[in-house]
Amino acid sequence: MASVLRLRKLYYVNPVKNSSMGIQTIDDAHKSEDKPNVVVAYVKKMLQKKQDKDRKKKRNKNINKGQSREWKCLDNCCWIIGYMCTFWWLMFFVYHYLPLTLPGFPAIDSPGAVLKRDGVSGLHPVVLVPGIVTGGLELWDGKPCAKGLFRKRLWGGSFTETLKRPLCWLEHLSLDNETGLDPPGIRIRPVEGLVAADYFTQGYFVWAVLIENLAKIGYDGKNLHMAAYDWRIAFQNTEVRDRALSRLKSKIEVMYETNGGNRVVVVPHSMGVLYFLHFMKWVEAPPPMGGGGGLGWCAKYIKAIMNIGSTFLGTPKAVSKILSAEDRHIALLRAMTPGFLKSEILGFQTLEHMLRVSRTWDSTASLLPKGGETIWGDLDWSPEDVQNCDLEKADTHSFRNENDSNDSEIKKGFQEKEAVHYGRMISFGKEAATRPSSELSTLYSEELMDSGSSNDTSFSCSDGWTEYDEMSRESLRKVSENKAYTAKTVFDLLRVVAPKMMQRMDSHFSHGIAEDLDDPKYGHYKYWSNPLETKLPDAPDMEIYCLYGVGIPTERSYIYDSSYDKCKSIPFRIDLSIDGEGSGCLRSGMYFVDGDDCVPVVSSGFMCAKGWRNKTRFNPSGSPTYVREYRHKAPASLLEGRGIESSAHVDIMGNAKLIEDILRVAAGATGAEIGGDRIYSDILTLSERINLKL
Amino acid sequence: MSLLRRRKAVEKDTNIQKDGDDDKKEKVSGQVKEVKAKKRWSCVDSCCWFVGCVCTTWWLLLFLYNAMPASLPQYVTEAITGPLPDPPGVKLKKEGLKVNHPVVFVPGIVTGGLELWEGHECAEGLFRKRLWGGTFGEVYKRPSCWVEHMSLDNETGLDPPGVRVRPVSGLVAADYFAPGYFVWAVLIANLARIGYEEKTMYMAAYDWRISYQNTEVRDQTLSRIKSNIELMVATNGGKKAVIIPHSMGVLYFLHFMKWVEAPAPMGGGGGPDWCAKHIKAVINIGGPFLGVPKAVAGLFSAEAKDIAVARAIAPVFLDNDLFRIQTLQHVMKMTRTWDSTMSMIPKGGDVIWGALDWSPEDGHVPSRRRLKNNDTRNGGYDGDGDTVPSSKKVHYGRIISFGKDIAEADSSEIERIEFLDAIKGHNIANATCKDVWTEYHDMGIEGIRAISDYKVYTAGSIIDLLHYVAPHTMERGSAHFSYGIADNLDDPKYNQYKYWSNPLETRLPNAPDMEIFSLYGVGIPTERAYVYKLSPAAECYIPFQIDTAANDGEEDGCLKDGVYTVDGDETVPVLSAGYMCAKGWRGKTRFNPSGIRTYVREYNHSPPSNLLEGRGTQSGAHVDIMGNFALIEDIIRIAAGAQGEDLGGDRVYSDIFKWSEKIKLPL
Repeated sequence: MASVLRLRKLYYVNPVKNSSMGIQTIDDAHKSEDKPNVVVAYVKKMLQKKQDKDRKKKRNKNINKGQSREWKCLDNCCWIIGYMCTFWWLMFFVYHYLPLTLPGFPAIDSPGAVLKRDGVSGLHPVVLVPGIVTGGLELWDGKPCAKGLFRKRLWGGSFTETLKRPLCWLEHLSLDNETGLDPPGIRIRPVEGLVAADYFTQGYFVWAVLIENLAKIGYDGKNLHMAAYDWRIAFQNTEVRDRALSRLKSKIEVMYETNGGNRVVVVPHSMGVLYFLHFMKWVEAPPPMGGGGGLGWCAKYIKAIMNIGSTFLGTPKAVSKILSAEDRHIALLRAMTPGFLKSEILGFQTLEHMLRVSRTWDSTASLLPKGGETIWGDLDWSPEDVQNCDLEKADTHSFRNENDSNDSEIKKGFQEKEAVHYGRMISFGKEAATRPSSELSTLYSEELMDSGSSNDTSFSCSDGWTEYDEMSRESLRKVSENKAYTAKTVFDLLRVVAPKMMQRMDSHFSHGIAEDLDDPKYGHYKYWSNPLETKLPDAPDMEIYCLYGVGIPTERSYIYDSSYDKCKSIPFRIDLSIDGEGSGCLRSGMYFVDGDDCVPVVSSGFMCAKGWRNKTRFNPSGSPTYVREYRHKAPASLLEGRGIESSAHVDIMGNAKLIEDILRVAAGATGAEIGGDRIYSDILTLSERINLKL
Repeated sequence: MSLLRRRKAVEKDTNIQKDGDDDKKEKVSGQVKEVKAKKRWSCVDSCCWFVGCVCTTWWLLLFLYNAMPASLPQYVTEAITGPLPDPPGVKLKKEGLKVNHPVVFVPGIVTGGLELWEGHECAEGLFRKRLWGGTFGEVYKRPSCWVEHMSLDNETGLDPPGVRVRPVSGLVAADYFAPGYFVWAVLIANLARIGYEEKTMYMAAYDWRISYQNTEVRDQTLSRIKSNIELMVATNGGKKAVIIPHSMGVLYFLHFMKWVEAPAPMGGGGGPDWCAKHIKAVINIGGPFLGVPKAVAGLFSAEAKDIAVARAIAPVFLDNDLFRIQTLQHVMKMTRTWDSTMSMIPKGGDVIWGALDWSPEDGHVPSRRRLKNNDTRNGGYDGDGDTVPSSKKVHYGRIISFGKDIAEADSSEIERIEFLDAIKGHNIANATCKDVWTEYHDMGIEGIRAISDYKVYTAGSIIDLLHYVAPHTMERGSAHFSYGIADNLDDPKYNQYKYWSNPLETRLPNAPDMEIFSLYGVGIPTERAYVYKLSPAAECYIPFQIDTAANDGEEDGCLKDGVYTVDGDETVPVLSAGYMCAKGWRGKTRFNPSGIRTYVREYNHSPPSNLLEGRGTQSGAHVDIMGNFALIEDIIRIAAGAQGEDLGGDRVYSDIFKWSEKIKLPL
């Protein structure tokens, strides 16, 4: 190994050596001739050299030509690099040996340290349930191209392999499009332990801040557990393949027993919220399908569930992700650098690859909007119709209480404006988004399905990149022609464009509303992660919190543009050219509502604010629920990093107030003791407008 | 580099030439200044140029290294040494072996990582960073802070107030000790080849500094291991677990097996058939069942063979007070707070380890021992051992002797003065050495003299010696560990947890289907007994040190640098690793009432043939054996369902059966 390298080194160095020799001799010659007048000599020398060079160039193009210039260039290069390196090292050194807090910046005490001083100490064991994307995945068995990556992170960490061998990486992260499990010969498994999701990549914390604060009040490995699971596969499959649910059950039981019988506090984030809902149903269900913990398991072992950024009713973002692999950030990136993501040079086609891979991930289907038109609105109506979408101004709203409705005037003002049809989750063209519903072409799902199955092979592309290539142009046109899709009909759309995924989805997830919860069919696991089709466990002492950020415009519905003439590309794109007037809700082809950048408030808050409040049919034992919102405040300066008052979907994990709430509950406080509800958004009004039988 | 050298030489030439020119021609002062300025610039310039060159070359090499196909080093290796054998995982996968029984790893002392959960101010920013294991970067950056955090409380043997250092959990706890230094990683990778993954593998990481029962008291580690084994058995279709302890993990797991079946307040309450229900086999790797003499030297003077040799080579380095480092004292102070080290003090006293005149290994000649017969021997020994006349009898039983002549003298010639009654004189160590405190300072000069006057210590009297020199440590230790031999195992006192990790004072669980393997390396000289001397400047220093000048003159004798060696795996003598499986538990004995089958499998050490092989695939050294292909193959076969008989029963290279016969232990 070393010898080979030495050989290489010699090869690289040799020409340089020659060149430096060459120039030195030339220099010497000149110096000895006219030493006294150095400057003049130098100029002369340069001129002469140039002349020489020109002459040489004419005479012979190869000999000596580049040498002198090359040396100069190399010399300068080295000099500059050396200068930079030295400077860099110096900075590095200074950075490392500087005291951690400069005198100028007073150190802000972390909530954990403050609470410790108040005498708060950890009581209940804590279980963290990470969400989608944030958990690390590592390789256990792979194709030859992934040699040497055994037990290295493919997802999370530094993502170096993405750059080094992108195709290999994509191949390994994809799942089988038929089964939704590992393709043969590949085993990707979640990273275990707290390291699974403390940092997503270097320096980008997810759970790390919360863990550190919990440690301040006395937590360590024995009463703090990260329930890592493979977030790509369907919830029930994590049990079938990895026994993840059984392991979580056993972990909770052992933590309960070894901590003096104190029930656990569960802190799920994002999709982990749904995963834990699924777990609670699973654990009490009888053994073949469930965990056999028996009724009362949750009541015995769980003190509180503190859902952060809860996605109970799904998020519209999931629709656009499946439809065209884009959301607001990716769409805007596309707008800024149109060449970058579309380029077919080097066979990248980033978005197409992403689409293909992410469609094999069943879990994304769990995030599709649930509850259909009842929750998300139909063609003419939506619960958010009354909402003030000018969120920048909305920041000045006062703390709003339950009875407080002094801003009804503002609402009235808004209703007079152009009506925004949030209910039309996907509309093709601005026309479809704004026209009254009577003018829209009616939609027959049967017709859609028919057109989907008719496969015009003459047009389809040779190698199927995405499922779009298998669709005929005709069916694509039918899908998109002047139509708007609501939360209910959007499933028909997805069934057409992503048939395999939706087929798998149908056996793992359900997105409806139960008419009769006692129907024995709801014993099936596909309903367990849908709060509208399950009952909460019989646990009257178990508290359920919804902790989420508000004050950030969040995607609610999309206007799409279709172009289906090109092979190997996604035919549908968010139409970025459409903007509403003024600072309205419509920007860049997307309608915005209040939320935490990912999840609209109606999804995160509705269940706690109304669906489960008091005794309802979804919450027969009357487990207490609390809604705690965190108003977004962007970090004031770059020094603050991602801020301690941010409430964006992931950044909220560093929000000092949220951490304080969690710590207090973990130390034994009840929901009432930490202040009950705290609401900034219109969630109560919105919930009232949703006409759901409770 | 050649480039640089060349350029410098050329520059010098120009300077000389320049000087010559200067002599010839008249100079104007301004011009001189200009030349000087140019010179100065060129100095900075060449400096930066040099750095730049180094950087560029480095980057280039790095780039080349990274861009190179990953198979190149392997290709080069194969070109030099011939094709490598398939790793055992690949080989056995071809044979059709598949994941079967869940596997539990129990790491040993030192190899498990420890991370900081709460610390003093000096450890700011180290939250959840490894203090032990990994790069050990903090040892250099803030050594005293590091020692402070790694030490335990000298009274309780638990965390000092305000410090919480906890074991790393998961497979990462002990897969690599430091970057590139594998412990379990090779085994894990090979198991993964036949289909193992996190749901079927579990690393039972525990804090190896504290006593075994305290891991349960403080961290509930034993409960967690119990629950994890139950879970793995339940989720793998009721297939029983295969346990693989290494080094001290062997004792830890012995303790666990007693704990789990003991009733609830002190034990785990698993009931008397827990082990029978959940454990298929215990595969002990390099197990110090009966302790190791190295632990004595470590406790007595904080040195082992390696350190003693280092001192002989560079006497100033470890002894100096410069920079107030006093490395060994700090190490000693720290390690004496670690209760777990006391679990490895030799057990069984003179019966096992030999008395003044006698030891089971008598007649052992290190150089003679080589691969004698490959075929397995069952039960007895074939009695060819005493054909070699030993020129000089080596008294292995004298684990510590003061002076070489004492070590070799006949027992009747040694005059011993009882030391236990000697008054510990008062503090000759005055204020000058207050900053480093070891218990020796409380002992005073008379105490030290008394110890050296007793001259010879056998395994039995070693315990008294340690009680005398390290009262605090041993007081804690005797509450948690015991080193004797039980006369009557039915005595109810043996239900106390301090006996659980001593195989000579406990019964194996009632599990006739369980199998116990003892896998260890042989063929490396291993410390067995020490020749000590009083250290010259006893005042601020550990008063005893290994007498590295003591050699027995012969090229390959047993005594080297003050250490008597026998056969073993460099840390554990064969006697300790093999005796229980070769005799103590063989058949139905009082220690093994249900007749659990035992197997001894030895791995002959053969060092890696060249540097490219790294730590070798046939090594028998204590830790390197974890990369031994034959050992890995055995483990994988057992994990995939094989019985001990399927592997071929015993495989013995050493004289373990012969030595075992010499030990007169009622069974």
